[in-house]
Amino acid sequence: MNENDWVYTEKVQDHFMNPRNILEDINEYDFDGKGMTGNLQCGDEMLFVIKVDQDKNVITDCKWKTFGCASAIASTSKLSEMAIGMSPEEAYDLGPNQIIKALDGLPDRKIHCSVLGDKALRAAIDDYWKRNGMEDKIPKDKKKVVCNCMNVTNHDIEEAVLHGARDFEELQEHTKLGTVCGECKPEATRMLEEYIEKHFSNDS
Amino acid sequence: MSTRKVYLDHNATTPLHPEVKKKMKEAMDVYGNPSSMHNFGRQARKYIEEAREEVASFINADRDEIVFVGSGSEANNTVLSLINCPWRACNMDSFDRPEIITSEIEHPCIRETAKCIDDSAAKVHYIPVKSNGKIDIEALKEKLSENTLIVSIMMANNEIGTIQDIKEISEIVHQYDTLFHTDAVQAVGKIPVDVKELNVDFLSMSAHKVYGPKGVGGLYIKDGTPFCPLIRGGHQEQGRRAGTENTIGIAGFGKAIEMRKKEMEEEEERLLVLKKKLKAGLKNRIDQLKFIGHEEDCLPGTLNVSFPGIEGESILLYLDMQGVAVSTGSACASGSLDPSHVILATGLAEEYTHGSIRISMGRRTTEEDIEYTLDAFEQTINKLKQMTTYTDGIRS
Repeated sequence: MNENDWVYTEKVQDHFMNPRNILEDINEYDFDGKGMTGNLQCGDEMLFVIKVDQDKNVITDCKWKTFGCASAIASTSKLSEMAIGMSPEEAYDLGPNQIIKALDGLPDRKIHCSVLGDKALRAAIDDYWKRNGMEDKIPKDKKKVVCNCMNVTNHDIEEAVLHGARDFEELQEHTKLGTVCGECKPEATRMLEEYIEKHFSNDS
Repeated sequence: MSTRKVYLDHNATTPLHPEVKKKMKEAMDVYGNPSSMHNFGRQARKYIEEAREEVASFINADRDEIVFVGSGSEANNTVLSLINCPWRACNMDSFDRPEIITSEIEHPCIRETAKCIDDSAAKVHYIPVKSNGKIDIEALKEKLSENTLIVSIMMANNEIGTIQDIKEISEIVHQYDTLFHTDAVQAVGKIPVDVKELNVDFLSMSAHKVYGPKGVGGLYIKDGTPFCPLIRGGHQEQGRRAGTENTIGIAGFGKAIEMRKKEMEEEEERLLVLKKKLKAGLKNRIDQLKFIGHEEDCLPGTLNVSFPGIEGESILLYLDMQGVAVSTGSACASGSLDPSHVILATGLAEEYTHGSIRISMGRRTTEEDIEYTLDAFEQTINKLKQMTTYTDGIRS
């Protein structure tokens, strides 16, 4: 351990100290899609806006804003670089693993709470498709983050149900969902019931 | 990388006072076991008893009422562990009085121990605080009863600096013949503390918060108070804390307190001037911020400030790059998912809870340090403001 060693890698430091593609003024940025995720209470919130060349089907530019810690800022910055030049479909598949890899890693405890940029980017792409009459491109059974604080998706909830979760407390034991701000409780409870219904009704 | 280094984290720990260092170096050659009856032992004993005298007189206690322990956390654990004591040698049968009371803003070493107790031995009541960090006295009165064994309320808070009205609280507590403990780790050596005036039964102290060494704490136990050691198996410290005494550390503690007697008052005044300058400077340069803690009843060197929509760890790391060391109550820096329990207990608006920064000055902090720090803050906040989602127009 060196006194100049950070808890973060050099790439994270670089993107934290010199963030790329910050959105300066949303009123002066003519975007084709906008998406947001997280909230202030959780301590992380991200916004993505994208420009798309519809003929070439390429993201030509994207900008972001982030409220969060160093790894939240760095991961959003890195993601913005990765997305430019990709098709919306390609960018849609970018997930935390690719971002973390591109940053040469993040401390374990940072991954769940701070890498949310991909969700904001996906929301921005959804928004672009919606605005341009391409709703059919939005994946139907797509992953949707239910608990922003702990980054728990509808897929995680379904899996927890398949592994035996039958009420909200059991769901929390399986996923840690709703253990921070608790805002997701109503939606999570509804999904829990849906998945129980889907997999276990008329079983007898 | 900056060249200037400004250490503003004195509530975390302090550098050794040069006189303390000198004393400790001297004590390094004294290797006898203080419990030994021979000359080598007596030499070491002398260092310890001199230190005890310094500490005792500083807080207006008697020598026999001071027990040296391994840290402030140990002192706090020792007191709360009386409730769990399985031996009952202290005659404190917790089932006669099955409840204890503490506050929502105590140090983790009180909170965690209280939590253990809550699971096993006694019911724990947590008293809320007002937005300035002062204990809700009415809530305390409500919970207090003949069932209360111990009340533990910290004297000065480590994060926001708020100083409690300990004398008033202990008077209320003693109406029920309940024992009263105060965690004075952040208070002793920074503000005057007089155990007789405050009328406390237990009081915890630490050396390294006031220019002494790490690994030494002190516990005041009022004469005649029921007590049981946490660490057993030796007659050291009159059987109240087993283990061969840390002669070097205790000698350092004694010296640190001796120096506090000489320097504390003047330093307090100096720090209050610096804090005023710091506060005014921050207000002038940054348009949105909130100071957390009590305006007057606050540790002289402590200032807690929060910036809306800006996350504390980011602020801390940008300041660190500029050579300025502070601390934060944000969730990210603490390793948990929640912001500091102290900040949450003050009931701050949600956009402020993740952006709190604690600035704690000390005896070597200068006016130039504050000037430099203000520049660093201005740059940092401006930079992070460009990035945050807490901006007009984003949510429309």
